[in-house]
Amino acid sequence: MIQIKDLHKSYHMGSNSLHVLKGINFNVKEGELVSIMGSSGSGKSTLLNILGMLDEADTGEYILDNVPIKNLNEKIAAKYRNEFLGFIFQSFNLINYKSALDNVSMPLYYKGIKRKERTEKAMHYLQKVGLAEWSHHLPSELSGGQKQRVAIARALASDPKVLLADEPTGALDTKTSYEVMELIQGINDEGKTILVVTHEDDIAHMTKRIVNLKDGIIIDDSKVEQVRASLHV
Amino acid sequence: MFDLERWQEIFETLSKNKLRTFLTGLSVASGIFILVILLGFSKGIENGVKSQFERDATNRIAVRTGVTTKGYKGLNPGRYIQLKNSSFEAVEKKYDEFFEYRTKDYPIWGANITYNNETGNYRVRGTLPDNQFIENADIGSGRFINQSDVEGSKKVAVIGNKIKTDLFKGEDPINKNLQVYGMNFKVVGVFYDPGGDREEGQVYIPVSTAQKVFNAGENIRNMAFTVKMADNFNEAVIQSNAIAKGIEEQLKEIHVVAPDDVSAVRVFNTLEEAEKIYSLIATIRAVFWFVGIGTIIAGIVGVGNIMLIIVKERTKEIGIRKALGALPMSIVGMILQEAVFVTMFAGLFGLVFGLGLLELAGPYIQSDFIKYPQVDFNIALTTVFLLVFAGALAGFIPAYRAAMIKPIDALRDE
Repeated sequence: MIQIKDLHKSYHMGSNSLHVLKGINFNVKEGELVSIMGSSGSGKSTLLNILGMLDEADTGEYILDNVPIKNLNEKIAAKYRNEFLGFIFQSFNLINYKSALDNVSMPLYYKGIKRKERTEKAMHYLQKVGLAEWSHHLPSELSGGQKQRVAIARALASDPKVLLADEPTGALDTKTSYEVMELIQGINDEGKTILVVTHEDDIAHMTKRIVNLKDGIIIDDSKVEQVRASLHV
Repeated sequence: MFDLERWQEIFETLSKNKLRTFLTGLSVASGIFILVILLGFSKGIENGVKSQFERDATNRIAVRTGVTTKGYKGLNPGRYIQLKNSSFEAVEKKYDEFFEYRTKDYPIWGANITYNNETGNYRVRGTLPDNQFIENADIGSGRFINQSDVEGSKKVAVIGNKIKTDLFKGEDPINKNLQVYGMNFKVVGVFYDPGGDREEGQVYIPVSTAQKVFNAGENIRNMAFTVKMADNFNEAVIQSNAIAKGIEEQLKEIHVVAPDDVSAVRVFNTLEEAEKIYSLIATIRAVFWFVGIGTIIAGIVGVGNIMLIIVKERTKEIGIRKALGALPMSIVGMILQEAVFVTMFAGLFGLVFGLGLLELAGPYIQSDFIKYPQVDFNIALTTVFLLVFAGALAGFIPAYRAAMIKPIDALRDE
């Protein structure tokens, strides 16, 4: 599903240049649940941004679902993001004046789906994350865990190839974190490819594979025995 | 543009920030309001001044005389210059080809006029038939003085509408006799004049009759001509200026007046005055437009400013939208549409309010120089067009900024 070859990325700040990714090679097959770990500054967020087409690599190859991702202009990037990717953020990034339902239907709006169908689909995904009865509440009326679940429903709504989660449990307490991970595991069980960036060991061990990043290179990439989050709830 | 969802979003964001929306709208609305009122008044002034000129023909040249202020060729200052029939004939002869209408007058102010038991003091003017056109007098019934009246020095009178109401009390005055200082005159016509009561409170009689009955001999008090209009207004002004100057010089020569004596022979050229006033009106209108447009610009800049703040405030939201697949165009569209909507709505409100005020208050304005202040439909349409354009302009820079927002920057957690 994802093929990455010799990916480099550096940031220039004045005369200094910071080499963040120093040749990343890494493949993800369909249906995998991968966690990317590393201390801050290891380059894991940069990698995720490149994967999410929010940023572009300097050199190297990135192929997503057999589509080479390069020379993106804003328009194509937007189209690919909408088609291929679902984002889950640490701080949820819900639009605060829109109801849960409207938030979830937003990617469908940009996909050009009609209102009626949009609402039906959005409702379906809200149901999936167990928030059907909260559909008309604003984000401010939801708890942290609920907000993240709305965000997950939103990421799922356009039926993307890959879910990218950037510290999805970073702003949540342990119990809620596990609930969210349980949901993510459930979605993975249905066959969705998911990448999770985290720095928490227990969260990483709830995935099926851990990629360890340090100073811009992968130092370890190994499959792990998945810990089911449901055991902790 | 007709996307329901986007309209909903615009209303949502606007209603979330009622005060901000209101203040922004107010600045645009007041700008348009002021523009409309200013334009209305400039039109009002134009109407008012034009109606002042309507009293008499605009291309009129009138001659009056006074007392000399300078000695000339051995004659003392302080001499009254008396125009004669011969002065009129000389001028008429010299410029005949340029004149359309011509008249010489012998008026009496405050003549005592009686009909039956009604009496009053009115101005009686001995005049020529052409004066009807020089004074813009409209005949209501009967006729004006004619050539045979003048030649026969007939005792006939054409009375203003005011005298008809004052003295005849609804009676038909035609062919009735009224008395001027006890002398019988037969009323042959009634006239109206755009100059109103002041002009309609006059009686016209043949100039020859006036000279006879008032013992004026060959004397006349003033003379007036209208100049045939050239096609081009400016040419007409130049021509009538030249004629006015020529008449002045000619009369000064006939009556032995110093060429630089300004009070003995005075020639009024209405067209020149009209030109001055019209250019003044044009200036006033230009200034009003300038002020109005300036006010609108201030409002528009306000909208642009607010939109910039809105974009700044919604940076994160725009980032989210882009991450979810929003095209840059749809972001530009969203911001532009909001700006256009706010300016349009507020502007139309100001426009309607301004027009409404002019419509309601306009008729109550009582002034010689402001009449029927109004804004015509085309101008209203122009301002609306201006508004849409300005709204788009105000929204464009913020919208462009918004489109340039990189989702990665917008979404970075602080």
